[in-house]
Amino acid sequence: MSVQHKNSEPGNKGKGKTLFEKIWEKHVVKEIDGGPSVLYVDTHLIHEVTSPQAFNGLAKRGLKVFRPKQVVATADHNVPTLNQHLPIKEELSRIQVQTLKDNCAKFGIELYGLGHPYQGIVHVIGPELGITQPGATIVCGDSHTSTHGAFGAIAFGIGTSEVEMVFATQCLMQTKPKLMRINVEGELKKGVVSKDIILYIISHTSASGATGYAVEYAGSAIRSLSMEARMTICNMSIEMGARCGMIAPDTTTFEYIKGREFAPQGTAWDRKLADWKTLYSDKDAVFDKEILIDAAAIEPMITYGTNPGMGVGVTGHIPALDEVEEKEKPYFEKSLHYMGLQPGVKIKGKKVDYVFIGSCTNSRIEDLRMVASFVKGKHKANGVEVWIVPGSKQVEAQAKEEGIDKIFEEAGFLLRQPGCSACLGMNEDKIPAGKYCISTSNRNFEGRQGPNARTFLASPLTAAVAAITGEVGDVRDYLLS
Amino acid sequence: MSKSINIIKSTAVPLQIENVDTDQIIPARFLKATNRDGFGKNLFRDWRYENDNEMTPKKDFVLNSPIFKGSILVAGKNFGCGSSREHAAWAIKDAGFDVVVSSFFADIFKNNALNNFLLPVVVSDEFLQKIFETVSADPSSEITVSLEDQAISLPAASLKTGPRVDGLERVETFDINSYKKTCLLNGYDDIDYLLSMKDEIESYETTRI
Ligand code: SF4
Repeated sequence: MSVQHKNSEPGNKGKGKTLFEKIWEKHVVKEIDGGPSVLYVDTHLIHEVTSPQAFNGLAKRGLKVFRPKQVVATADHNVPTLNQHLPIKEELSRIQVQTLKDNCAKFGIELYGLGHPYQGIVHVIGPELGITQPGATIVCGDSHTSTHGAFGAIAFGIGTSEVEMVFATQCLMQTKPKLMRINVEGELKKGVVSKDIILYIISHTSASGATGYAVEYAGSAIRSLSMEARMTICNMSIEMGARCGMIAPDTTTFEYIKGREFAPQGTAWDRKLADWKTLYSDKDAVFDKEILIDAAAIEPMITYGTNPGMGVGVTGHIPALDEVEEKEKPYFEKSLHYMGLQPGVKIKGKKVDYVFIGSCTNSRIEDLRMVASFVKGKHKANGVEVWIVPGSKQVEAQAKEEGIDKIFEEAGFLLRQPGCSACLGMNEDKIPAGKYCISTSNRNFEGRQGPNARTFLASPLTAAVAAITGEVGDVRDYLLS
Repeated sequence: MSKSINIIKSTAVPLQIENVDTDQIIPARFLKATNRDGFGKNLFRDWRYENDNEMTPKKDFVLNSPIFKGSILVAGKNFGCGSSREHAAWAIKDAGFDVVVSSFFADIFKNNALNNFLLPVVVSDEFLQKIFETVSADPSSEITVSLEDQAISLPAASLKTGPRVDGLERVETFDINSYKKTCLLNGYDDIDYLLSMKDEIESYETTRI
């Protein structure tokens, strides 16, 4: 069997601690009887959409930001990704981005806004600037904050009222989640990348299978991944409902951080490093739930429905009606109706209209390199529009330095400027109604990429295949030939 | 925003759909405001109107129904999954709901709801089904939610024999942590509490490396 589940016996708690517990316990300021804990937050990331009401609340109470040096801001969700040097056309978007600027100036918060060389998607810039560090507690008014857990941090999304709490006190009220470990053991097949691992996991756990849990990803297949690839996995933890996702830091992690802008230096680095090396789940640590996955069983994945749990291998078929549990049928049928797809059919060969390569899941330099190496010397299919949206100004600059921009240009792709872009249908970049988009982002909800837009979630490689062929294909067919 | 909740007795609006995500509750393009008000009019925007046009409401969507009204929203399991946008809770509250009932809520949504005095009530799948049946059969059925007693009850009118309906208790209790319960009953919010802890937070900071 490729997926095995194990629940721990109640009362079978060893002395050892999990990675999560080690970090959590260090950050508890106070435990409240029968209630949540007061948890200290090391790093607070903010953006233009979920912060204005929190700043308003703070001002109404006549408060300052308690620890402004622990807050970093950027503008990402609501920014255009073309002509960023011009004023934002849409009035409400312009006001929202300006409000962030005003608030950051007023409350003394560092802002990497439009035009700044560090601007980008909040979950891309934190790690690349060395702000994201092991052992830390990191929050942001954004559910994909789980991304930062790839460094061995407790990182989770919060609502705007909570953003206000962290502004006011650098603390939050949090109940300790249950703990789950997902072990991915063995070697990945050629053409299978980290996005496929997480889509595979979610297709087994379902979109709510990890609700109430903090998830640690472990096992040899996870250890073998780069930091970028690990971030892709932790990023989508929220797509199975998890409070956060995390991976124990190791040499790969330390090497990635070393020398980055805000990484510790000199003796501070040595001190931190010694501490970070203690961050792993002890051998006798006990999880509430463990799942074992055979890496070799994972295929390139694609979603066919309207939640990220509705995924199959690219050579597979959409479940037939009799393969769906009776109580799941109404949702399943509604979902396929929205997607304009039939039960029981193969997904391979399905035509696509748009290809979106971007978002905090897959817009890092490694993702762009992966796409470029596949498309080099090829040209996009007729009738397909291909948007590549780098996660940050730094990724954009790096891509240009490496000549990746030229490869995309020759392939007929449009390289846009950094932002969340078509991931969420908020800014100008939307997929038109009824069109199919293969997307490297994380959500295929109804209307996510624009009203009535239809989304297939996949890896950058699978998206690259669609860009060149105009349809859903299996990257392995091309790697072998 | 009304502060403090205890007993809510109301007819209910049944939204019999599972995995209702926050992009459905309030699509991203309506998140551009910089204050908390007015999100109710865009609640379930894309399910509510044809072609994004307020002049063409979709007749079969429950929020457009003249029959179903009330301050209790009842929804299928895994309600509120997806993004952390608190706008989802604001929109529901702004549209006049004080309670959302489901058999399963996404974590962040639940917290956001509680922080906005919108009570998320978790019931069993069977009880949820019973609420849907009761409300569909008689939209004037009143449901009572008592935070104090942590109980939700179907109307006596739906009783066929004694305190049970079709083998199911008419009343089900629900969980809520005692700290949050006190906050909701008394209209306290977490910020007030955290602000009262400033000294402890500062002394905690001195212990860090
Ligand atoms: S890229 Fe998409 S998922 Fe990531 S922060 Fe932006 S909107 Fe959210």
